[in-house]
Amino acid sequence: MTAVPLDPPRRLVEFELDGEPTRVPDGSTILDACRSAGKDIPTLCQGETLEPKNACRVCVVEVEGARTLAPACSRKAEPGMTVRTDTERARHSRKLVLELLASATDLSTTPRASEWIKEYGAKPDRFGAEAATMNEPPKIDNDLYVRDYDKCILCYKCVDACGEQWQNSFAISMAGRGFDARISTEHDAPLTDSACVYCGNCIEVCPTGALSFKSEFDMREAGTWDEERQTQTTTVCAYCGVGCNLTLHVQDNEIVKVSSPLDNPVTHGNLCIKGRFGYQHVGGGNPAGA
Amino acid sequence: MRQRDRGKPTKEYPRLTHPLVRDEKGGPLRRATWEEALEKATEGFRRIKAEHGPDAFGMFSCARATNEMNYVAQKFTRVIMGTHNVDSCNRTCHAPSVAGLSAAFGSGGGTSSYEEVESTDLIVMWGSNARFAHPIFFQHVLRGIRNGAKMYAVDPRRTSTAEWAESWLGLNVGTDIPLAHAIGREIIHSGLANHTFIERATTGFEEYKAEVEPWTLSAAEKVTGVPADAIRDLAHAYATAERAQLCWTLGITEHHNGTDNVRALINLSLLTGHVGRYGAGLQPLRGQNNVQGGGDMGAIPDRLPGFQNVLDPETRAKFEAAWETTLEPRHGRNLTMMFEAMETGELKAVYCIGENPAQSEADTGQAVERMQKLEHLVVQDIFLTRTAELADVVLPATAAWCETDGTTTNSERRVQRVRKAVNPPGEAREDIDIICDIAARLGHEWKFADSEAVWDELRSVSPQHYGMTYDRLAEHQGIQWPCPSTDKLEPTYMHGRLWETDPAKRGTPAPFGIVKHDPPVDLTDEDYPLRLTTGRRLDSYNTGVQSGSYASPLRRGEYVELCPEDAELYGVEVNEEVQVTSRRGSVVAPVWIDRALRPGLAFMTMHFPDEVDTNQLTIESNCPIAGTAEFKASAIRIEKLPVEAAVRS
Repeated sequence: MTAVPLDPPRRLVEFELDGEPTRVPDGSTILDACRSAGKDIPTLCQGETLEPKNACRVCVVEVEGARTLAPACSRKAEPGMTVRTDTERARHSRKLVLELLASATDLSTTPRASEWIKEYGAKPDRFGAEAATMNEPPKIDNDLYVRDYDKCILCYKCVDACGEQWQNSFAISMAGRGFDARISTEHDAPLTDSACVYCGNCIEVCPTGALSFKSEFDMREAGTWDEERQTQTTTVCAYCGVGCNLTLHVQDNEIVKVSSPLDNPVTHGNLCIKGRFGYQHVGGGNPAGA
Repeated sequence: MRQRDRGKPTKEYPRLTHPLVRDEKGGPLRRATWEEALEKATEGFRRIKAEHGPDAFGMFSCARATNEMNYVAQKFTRVIMGTHNVDSCNRTCHAPSVAGLSAAFGSGGGTSSYEEVESTDLIVMWGSNARFAHPIFFQHVLRGIRNGAKMYAVDPRRTSTAEWAESWLGLNVGTDIPLAHAIGREIIHSGLANHTFIERATTGFEEYKAEVEPWTLSAAEKVTGVPADAIRDLAHAYATAERAQLCWTLGITEHHNGTDNVRALINLSLLTGHVGRYGAGLQPLRGQNNVQGGGDMGAIPDRLPGFQNVLDPETRAKFEAAWETTLEPRHGRNLTMMFEAMETGELKAVYCIGENPAQSEADTGQAVERMQKLEHLVVQDIFLTRTAELADVVLPATAAWCETDGTTTNSERRVQRVRKAVNPPGEAREDIDIICDIAARLGHEWKFADSEAVWDELRSVSPQHYGMTYDRLAEHQGIQWPCPSTDKLEPTYMHGRLWETDPAKRGTPAPFGIVKHDPPVDLTDEDYPLRLTTGRRLDSYNTGVQSGSYASPLRRGEYVELCPEDAELYGVEVNEEVQVTSRRGSVVAPVWIDRALRPGLAFMTMHFPDEVDTNQLTIESNCPIAGTAEFKASAIRIEKLPVEAAVRS
């Protein structure tokens, strides 16, 4: 008897999306269907490689016959359902979510946040300056990571990536309740005294830049971080024989950041400390020789 | 007492930015132009070949460089220099896996894929601390465990891999064969052997059965130190699992009988039919990004590109026609034999590309002495390594993984595209470009427009790579060999043929390996009472040339790690410096206490050779089949400092 059954082949599910008949493989979410139909739904806590957490509610859509709005990221497409992504109610809800998040946290490094705030007409400042929940300086306790909890929206992605979904290091978790809830190491110790193995997989999934590579953080501080000038090239890591795909983010012929494609069959977007940070030898400091 | 700054980079190796030459033996290296350096390199090769014949030349190809570079390097060796003396540091790690797998199945690659580890019922990690050494492979293992698979760890140390295991079998170093044989015997005696598979797809079962017969559970317990119940448990779990994966790393291969160890593990898969099906197979986890590909490309002394046999006349004829050359019908020297031939003076010139044998060979003192005997040593590298410091000509190359285009092949046989992302520093040039320049000076104008042109030439001579065009490799995020067709993909696992009912489709059956226990060469005794084994840490890599340059918060430098009981026995404390001595050399290292070790077992890495040269302790005692040294088993003693002269023999 096998303990681990193999997946059966997937069938197609038919339903109606914004008035159009749509077919997606069984098990797909409404968000999957929206994306393959080219619809742009905002997401923050949703991660390609992570189980849906339903934490941020910025992706809500209206399912006909349902009492509440449904998060597109987790709600599976069902045969015969009717889904509308652009109703007044869904748009209003997304606007409010953006206002709450942007008033309580710093979304300045969240990709597309300002675009969505504009698109949905959100006015975060209507809650006043006191709405900010953290107000603390970034935590810099090692040479590789920076944790800036003013930017944290408590989406749990880093906890899931560090925990049982991928890395299984369990270095960080949610601590506190209600307004005091925050992501923390055990006993709020410095990262260097935690179970952290510096794989950077939490940074990879962080949607707001609350977790960032020190190299990127320093360049942003110095005003030299410029994604317009960066190229991204995917190659293969030179440490060990596993063959992880690395995407090298290069600015002015310097590697400034390393990520991995989320859909890569070897890595699923994950790397180890060597692949993520072990590129410094390429630049190589001062020239050698006689 | 020495206290290192935690997390700071270790010795920084600056990049080489221009060629260097040495005007006379013993003189200094000085800056040279490319023209001068290439001419000097070429002249040496030309002269040695003319005076001493082709076999006085040896090529150390690079397990870190691309397939394309390895293809060109072996072609240079065979076509221009006229010898099969080409090899790489695969010899120091996984050559026994290649030798063992090809003896059993006719092909030297792991038989299954990473994704299958997620859909298997049982995972055996044997001599492998993948949690540290192959972290992203281990994520597939963790997924498998989360999906319901049981994992068993077989390792002398209770590693971070073992922490995830159903059961940890902490065997004595070098007793893998008794343990494997006892598992095999238990499977046979419990009636759990897969006789249908054995009869259909294997040979030599009766002989194997007789060979393992003496290894009762209690006999194995005595030799391996693993409780009989734990051995029985693993035997039954492996044999009764629907699908099982057997994975191993250097704990199996870096022994004087590494190939025998690999055969002993393969036997278990043959006994149970755990090979040739989805989710059931054998996975050697390779240590370097292209150690699989280097061998596949023919940068080994007994195989032509595509792992085709040098001794097969038809194969040779095909390559002779393709390369317009003649090929000797015999094997060349492997890396180990080349080092021995330096000693005897038969090998006089070496072209060393991206290898650092001065620090990676076992018994490094001897390796350096041997290289100093060479008349002509050309080193092509990105750093001025210890090996490069010995060279007559040093040629600055590019970092293959980010400064060139090409492909590499990973542990699951997946050929993936490597792409240039940054420009190399100074005057550094691409490996293939440099080799072709020397080739031209030796009268062979090879015109490769780019790496794809090299790859397409390889595809034309290697059927198992034929279907992998660059476009398809990009489209599929890598393709696993074999891939003979340009319009379809093969299954993720190999050797499905063994399950065919038609004998013609089944092909050559897989022979059981009849191997015997042979304990480590370096015996422990009163003078050298501790067993030293070596391995990797999570944040560092091999000789540290590459990994030493980033600020890892985990890095704490080299230590000799002991269990708490031994630390107490010798009266030593954490951070206290001690002298570590084997029959070959001595080093000074601070003590670390690790509860994962057992009394009598010490552990060190080879990551910081500039501070503590661990390989001065290891023994150059080689597997006769694969040539891999017994890095995993040295006998040592530790002594408090200062060491009194009278104590030393």
